[in-house]
Amino acid sequence: MSEKANSNSSFLNDAGNRALIFQAVLLVLVVLAGYYLFSNLQANLDTRGISTGFKFLNEPAGFPILMHLIEYTEANTYGRAFLVALINTFVISILGIILATIIGIVMGLARLSNNWLVARLATVYIETLRNLPLLLQMFFWYFAVLAAMPHPRNSIIFGDFFLNNRGIYSPSPNFQEGMGFVVAAFFISILASFFIIRWAKQRQQKTGEWFPAYWASLATIVGVTLIAFVLSGFPVEFELPNKSRFNVTGGMVLIPEFVAVLIALSTYTGAFIAENVRAGILSVNWGQTEASRSLGLSDTLTQRLIVLPQALRVIIPPLTNQYLNLAKNSSLGGAVAYPELVLVVMGTTLNQTGQAIETIGLCMLVYGSLSLSISLFMNWYNKRMALVER
Amino acid sequence: MAIEFKPSPSLPPPSDSVGPVAWIRNNFFSSPLNVVLTLLSLYIIYLIVPPVIQWGLLNATWEGNNKDACTAGGACWAFINARFDQFMYGLYPPEEYWRINIAAIILVLMVGMYAIKVVNKLYLSIAIIFVYPVIAYFLFSGGVFGLSIVETPLWGGLFLTMLLGIIGIVASFPLGVVLALGRRSDMPIVKSVCVVFIETIRAVPLITILFMASVMIPLFLPEGMNFNKLLRVLIGITLFSAAYTAEVIRGGLQAIPKGQYEAADAMGLTYWQSMCLIILPQALKLVIPGIVNNFISLFKDTTLVYIVGMIDLLGMIQLAKQDPNWLGTALEGYAFAGFIYWIICFGMSRYSMALERKLDTGHKRN
Repeated sequence: MSEKANSNSSFLNDAGNRALIFQAVLLVLVVLAGYYLFSNLQANLDTRGISTGFKFLNEPAGFPILMHLIEYTEANTYGRAFLVALINTFVISILGIILATIIGIVMGLARLSNNWLVARLATVYIETLRNLPLLLQMFFWYFAVLAAMPHPRNSIIFGDFFLNNRGIYSPSPNFQEGMGFVVAAFFISILASFFIIRWAKQRQQKTGEWFPAYWASLATIVGVTLIAFVLSGFPVEFELPNKSRFNVTGGMVLIPEFVAVLIALSTYTGAFIAENVRAGILSVNWGQTEASRSLGLSDTLTQRLIVLPQALRVIIPPLTNQYLNLAKNSSLGGAVAYPELVLVVMGTTLNQTGQAIETIGLCMLVYGSLSLSISLFMNWYNKRMALVER
Repeated sequence: MAIEFKPSPSLPPPSDSVGPVAWIRNNFFSSPLNVVLTLLSLYIIYLIVPPVIQWGLLNATWEGNNKDACTAGGACWAFINARFDQFMYGLYPPEEYWRINIAAIILVLMVGMYAIKVVNKLYLSIAIIFVYPVIAYFLFSGGVFGLSIVETPLWGGLFLTMLLGIIGIVASFPLGVVLALGRRSDMPIVKSVCVVFIETIRAVPLITILFMASVMIPLFLPEGMNFNKLLRVLIGITLFSAAYTAEVIRGGLQAIPKGQYEAADAMGLTYWQSMCLIILPQALKLVIPGIVNNFISLFKDTTLVYIVGMIDLLGMIQLAKQDPNWLGTALEGYAFAGFIYWIICFGMSRYSMALERKLDTGHKRN
């Protein structure tokens, strides 16, 4: 573009040159700022006698963690504590995503229901939860609801389930020999159902005959697994929680911290997902529904074959954002003492070791890669579902 | 001999398709599934509404000095009554409350002046963005005109929440615009600096940013130079919100047809002229709902400052419910805080939806 710059225009009036100068200045500023901050950091670390590096990960942590899905005691290392916290964060995120998706779809559809009462109830749910801070909701569930549950000796009882202020107690399964066979059968039947669906699709394209492939595969999965279960002689025993005079022992316990965070995360994010679902369905032109009805498709088929595939294109990108938000928001769990990454690493570990740079860096790295992998997966899915234009 | 065409008058709709009875039938009992849903909804309402009214209004206690006054079995609003000042002003000295009130009144008056035609809106905006904060700062912290000094750790309650929210919103918006423009720039270095900044911030939770602000910033500053924690947290919140605002604005910039850019170039406008006069006004108008949504989540997110040890409205409630006189009043506190947050956030979202409707040109359902 500078080719035709005439001789009497100054060097600075050329857009290309100005861009170069501007960028050079920016680059110098960024580098200088980085150098300034880094040298300050070095000086500060020296004067405070903080050593850098990840050596502290091999030292004994010396603090207990409320919920650990792998073996963990106070004698274990910080590295192990980090792993425990990481697993806790993953567990709450994945369960939260599943629950929030279910709640979101149900509430989104309910808000569009032609039943006036159902639509209003869903609206009230969505508008209430969306407009309250998540931290407030976690505090509400933890301090106002679960802490107000009765003492263990007055537990609320549903069959073999106990509910009290120490958590939810349920029977815990003990797997016996032969469970491997059942699990194998389960996965094989899932594989088989893929083939059933493919075969049904091919047959329909060839002959036009309809085959209820989804019901058939569901029946296959449930049936085969059940048969395997019976054949191997019911290889599961349940350890029932036992209510003694003052406490409930045995069984599986969901601690209140976990329950509060899970409820808050999934109901909060569910309200947002509901709005995404609603927006997606409303984005499908009403003419599509009318056209489908005039072709004589039933309401169910209209939804499944016409509306939903088009709505999903609109729903998936914001849904990705909601999943990311949920995973990142699980970091609030620490505020009600759920031992997730931020509480264990940036809270306790940072306090005990003073390794601010490493612990905060580690957390950012984990969340960064978590965000990246969720968005990569959802982008892949999005691409699969996207409109193929010819 | 033309026969005049006379349309016969339209018949009224069949009597079973209009009126309240038909409405009820269509909405509630149109199919067996609908009947079940209606009954289920009624049951849910029955489960929730009467107990809440019973608890919150009929059996509630409004006056009292401690928990013992609350004997009616319902909500103990006396708790809110007794602690109301602290929920609003935090630990700010009570004899200085008037300073916060005056600042709030000035702000309301200035914003209210937008409605008057006489006032030049540009000057008014400049006054609100540049002059008002200075006045407010000196009012809040004191130290001039004989005002006593109030340290920032004493700032709290709804006052701190509003402070964080308003400053975060006002400061993050221009930064977000600049970042969005930078991300769409042709200059590779500018672009990559903006992309790295936006994506790094969006990938991590706000808590890590706040921890960074409160723990790591002091490490990056020279020995002895350390500034106020409130300011550090504000910087963290502003940077966080700016990254999200930038992405929303980028969406708006992408939606502007190329012809607009070309036309601006053809007129001989400079980059900044074409951006400020042609592109940004259109782009921002397009993304108003998205920006308001960002503001709402920023306002809700201000509660996280509690985790790094500041006592905003929610923090004040956490503190107050531990008072031995008021043990077991958590629910009332959360209900009160929830009410305030809800009013503000719902108000903002309604405003955004009204704008959305005003700008909507799409096709309506049915």
